[in-house]
Amino acid sequence: MTFDAPHIDYAGLSPVIALTAGLVAVLVVGLIGGRERQRVAVSVVGIGVLAVTAGLCIWQWGEGKDLVAGALRLDDLALAATLIAIAAAAFCIPLSWREEAYDRPLGTSGHGEFQALLICSVLGMTLIAQAQNLIVFFVAIELLSIPLYVLCGSALRRERSLESGLKYLIIGSVGSATLLYGLAFVYGASGSTDFGAIRDAVGGSVIDDPLLLIGIALAAAGLGFKLSIAPFHQWTPDVYEGAPTPVTTFMAVATKAAVFCALVRFFDVALGPAVDDWQPALAALAAVSIVVGNVGALGQDSLKRLLGYSGVAQAGYMMVAVVAATEAGVSALVFYLAAYALMNLPAFAVIVIRERETPFGDNIRAVTGLGRERPALAIALTISMLALAGLPGTAGFMGKLFVIEAAVDADYTWLGVMIAIGTMISLAYYLRVVAAIWMSRATEPAPTAMPAIAGGSQEADTAPTGARCAAIVGLLVLAAAATVFFGVIPSPLVDWAANAGQSIGSAFG
Amino acid sequence: MLNVILWLPLAAGVLALVAPRATVRWTVLAGALGTLVLAVVLAFDFTVGDAALQHAVDESWIPDLGVRYQLGVDGISLFLVVLTALLWEGAVAFSALRGYPEDGRVRLYYFLLALAETAALGAFLAQDLLLFVLFFDLMLVPFFFLIGAFGNGERIVATTKMIVYTLVGSLLMLVGAIAVAILVSQQTGELSFSMQTLSENLLSTGNQTWIFCFFAAAFLVKMPAFPIHGWMPDAYRAAPIPVLVLLSGVLAKVGAYGFLRVALPIFPDATADLQELVLVIGVASILYGSVMAFTQNDTRLVAGYSSVAQLGFITIGIFSLRPEGANGAVLQMVNHGLVVAGIFLIIAVLWARTGTDDLRRMGGQALRAPVLAALFLVVTLATLAMPGSANFIGEFYILNGVFQSKIVFAFVAATGVAMAAFYALRLYQRTMHNRLPEGATSREISLRDGVVLAPLVAVIVGLALYPGLILDRGEASVAGKIEAVAMADCADESFARSDGGRYVLAFGACADDRYGINDELEEQIRNRLDDTPGGGRWTGYGPVVTTDPLVELSTRGAFSPHSDDNSSAPSLPSPFPR
Repeated sequence: MTFDAPHIDYAGLSPVIALTAGLVAVLVVGLIGGRERQRVAVSVVGIGVLAVTAGLCIWQWGEGKDLVAGALRLDDLALAATLIAIAAAAFCIPLSWREEAYDRPLGTSGHGEFQALLICSVLGMTLIAQAQNLIVFFVAIELLSIPLYVLCGSALRRERSLESGLKYLIIGSVGSATLLYGLAFVYGASGSTDFGAIRDAVGGSVIDDPLLLIGIALAAAGLGFKLSIAPFHQWTPDVYEGAPTPVTTFMAVATKAAVFCALVRFFDVALGPAVDDWQPALAALAAVSIVVGNVGALGQDSLKRLLGYSGVAQAGYMMVAVVAATEAGVSALVFYLAAYALMNLPAFAVIVIRERETPFGDNIRAVTGLGRERPALAIALTISMLALAGLPGTAGFMGKLFVIEAAVDADYTWLGVMIAIGTMISLAYYLRVVAAIWMSRATEPAPTAMPAIAGGSQEADTAPTGARCAAIVGLLVLAAAATVFFGVIPSPLVDWAANAGQSIGSAFG
Repeated sequence: MLNVILWLPLAAGVLALVAPRATVRWTVLAGALGTLVLAVVLAFDFTVGDAALQHAVDESWIPDLGVRYQLGVDGISLFLVVLTALLWEGAVAFSALRGYPEDGRVRLYYFLLALAETAALGAFLAQDLLLFVLFFDLMLVPFFFLIGAFGNGERIVATTKMIVYTLVGSLLMLVGAIAVAILVSQQTGELSFSMQTLSENLLSTGNQTWIFCFFAAAFLVKMPAFPIHGWMPDAYRAAPIPVLVLLSGVLAKVGAYGFLRVALPIFPDATADLQELVLVIGVASILYGSVMAFTQNDTRLVAGYSSVAQLGFITIGIFSLRPEGANGAVLQMVNHGLVVAGIFLIIAVLWARTGTDDLRRMGGQALRAPVLAALFLVVTLATLAMPGSANFIGEFYILNGVFQSKIVFAFVAATGVAMAAFYALRLYQRTMHNRLPEGATSREISLRDGVVLAPLVAVIVGLALYPGLILDRGEASVAGKIEAVAMADCADESFARSDGGRYVLAFGACADDRYGINDELEEQIRNRLDDTPGGGRWTGYGPVVTTDPLVELSTRGAFSPHSDDNSSAPSLPSPFPR
């Protein structure tokens, strides 16, 4: 009996290997004592690992091959999602500097743990974006989720953070369980864990196969939890609000990129032939998400909650691109994901800065009168809000244009109209933030009486540390500038997204 | 040329962001002046009688999405570009000379003004549908900030209301624009947003209708027209005067312009079908705007509601679907931009003397200010379309067009002319005549306001002497847009195609009407056909097969873009001989 070991393509696996090795290296470097030294050393290694991985991804761009006996598919779509996740993680590392939760006085490894978990989550995202096997699919989604549960609760001295970690753990686990249950049904119905084999087994229709139908529904629900698609979004505002803001930033941007990629691969590749059956279901989810997210955001005073609901709505817009189920739709999705990252990062970075400078935390009062006080931050946050609202001259407009074009082309014009309606509602809250920045005077800090919470320190919840960090300002201005740049000259990003779309083009045969 | 006109203001605005504080306003003013000079040069460099686009620019922009960077100017947009440049120069000069904004945020204010100018010019120059939508939406952003950050009273509520109202329309327009491009691409196999391409490949009437409704919503809100003008009173009360000049003088025109540029050529069937609906809205705007204008006591709102009425006139002029009416509408857009800018500047001047916008607390301003009174009188007489003013010519053309097509609407609309006299004279008398109230002073217009206002009045007088300047240049382009609708309208009931050298013609009632086939001529054709062996037959409402040149001639141009095969058909003269 001969045994053929699967061929291992080290070049293709190199991003995964780099992240895994880097994860260990960061943990080890994190043991260095001394607050300042530890922060610098860990960040250098952490950003270095991410940079190397990004380099490897660019090296592998356009290769398009199956890895590990077909369990992973390394194509431009996966690499695009990985690059977005890496960019988000790299952006979050400077955000975490001087964050009280990680600058621990006692010499324990705050930054080391934070960045190791961050990289671990990026590793999960890299794998889920490539997964084309149900087992890998599930393992990867857990690999990206579990570090996030921990990260949400990582501000150990803040009640809100712990609460958010616990909430995310419980609801995330429900999501994972639902997904796993669904995947089991899909396996049961198709007899294979491999996406290609499932595709062959599914055939034309799933309507008359209850096993498969239940499986798909449960899997969609599970992924909906991860993507915070309504009606599976309830955890989003709470967790976003409670988690340390750098973590929220990463969660909002990177998770969406990776899981949307997985969603596209699951539905378009594994279930591609049954497109007529799942399209209406996803379309309904998209429409519900757009309405619920936008309406939910209307009354929010907490900027993080506002962005949480806005994320639900934006996930709805992106879902429209998935519903289109065409190459153009996938390109639109990838473009929108990149634009979404560019639009959201400055907004969260401004929140991080203002949390440290004002006693208002992430309340909208923290940015009131920002236009006079900190013009650079104000302009960046304004661009970010206008871009999220999809006004022209920003990448957000181009993203919407791209998505609506894909939707109309796929005969889902009504979803295009839904996006337009959602955008109208969204103006009310995005412009409220803009109005606060430019059109109101800064409010005097009024001490609010916080009810004492057992176990939590109220000072830690509200006290501004006053720490400033030039790197954050530089990065957020850069991201805002890129938002405008790709709004005026979108072609480079469009071409990049089109590559990603083409790489999965065979699924739409 | 067009590139420079379009981007010069924004370049000045960006320069102002980094320029020393004291020079900011002059930098932007220089940009606006330069644009104005170029726009005037453009007007003189224009070939009269040419319906095609001139100075066209066509560059690839986002090839994957089929979006091109296409600019061009024709008789419709030419003087709107000049108007935009003129009013912007006026608004910036007015602000700069008066030292606006008072709170010292000069960089922000002048940058936004400059950005708004580029956006407005872009909307008039764009020849790619998506580029048009983009500029159309982009205009809102600076105005949102200008009203919200520099306005007075309930400015934040007002500006939010304005942007929500207007974006409701324009976002639907975005979806509509994408839909029309995609649907056309399914016919042609190539995705393109070029208005030229879209007007050459028409959609089915059903698709045209819903997309037309999306576009019409955007345009009517922008104007604003009667039932959807809710944002107007608040925004007009809150906006700073120079911003209001632009809002009412230029932005309102973009809506009307959009009908001529986009709706008529790309959705001709829908335009023909929904003509009466839009006419109803236009006439309702005239009546409602006029009545409100002579009941309001806030000078800004009198001017605001009078704009509603005037834009009602412009709308019915376009939707008379007659070349005269539409050409009058183009003239009237320019006229109204000029007079409404004059009125708002005078309102600002009066405010400085009385400290109020309330008509009941004004009066007697003519006492020591004969020059101001004279300037205001010229503007007032132009507003009420006094014979001898260009506004009179404009309204005459408009009503002439409407009389030809829908006489009932013309009768009702004509009452608006009378009401205009009432509200314009009321505004003039309440402010300039009567007794000077306590606390108000009457003094002559200052030089710094005079240099802004006098050129505007000079242009108003100049146009009164020679309205042909605009009418001659607009004629050919306007007729082209109207013809598209006329063709499509007839195509519903008639069709024509060449069939081996014999023309198969069919007429419906509308062809009779439009091509002047009266009973006598019909009888003549019928006889000729009967005499021709195998020549065909006349059913009045069915196919006619003939090679008879008389039929061909007397039915000028019933060839429609909808026919199955008209490639070999001879190009026939326009149904509206010029």
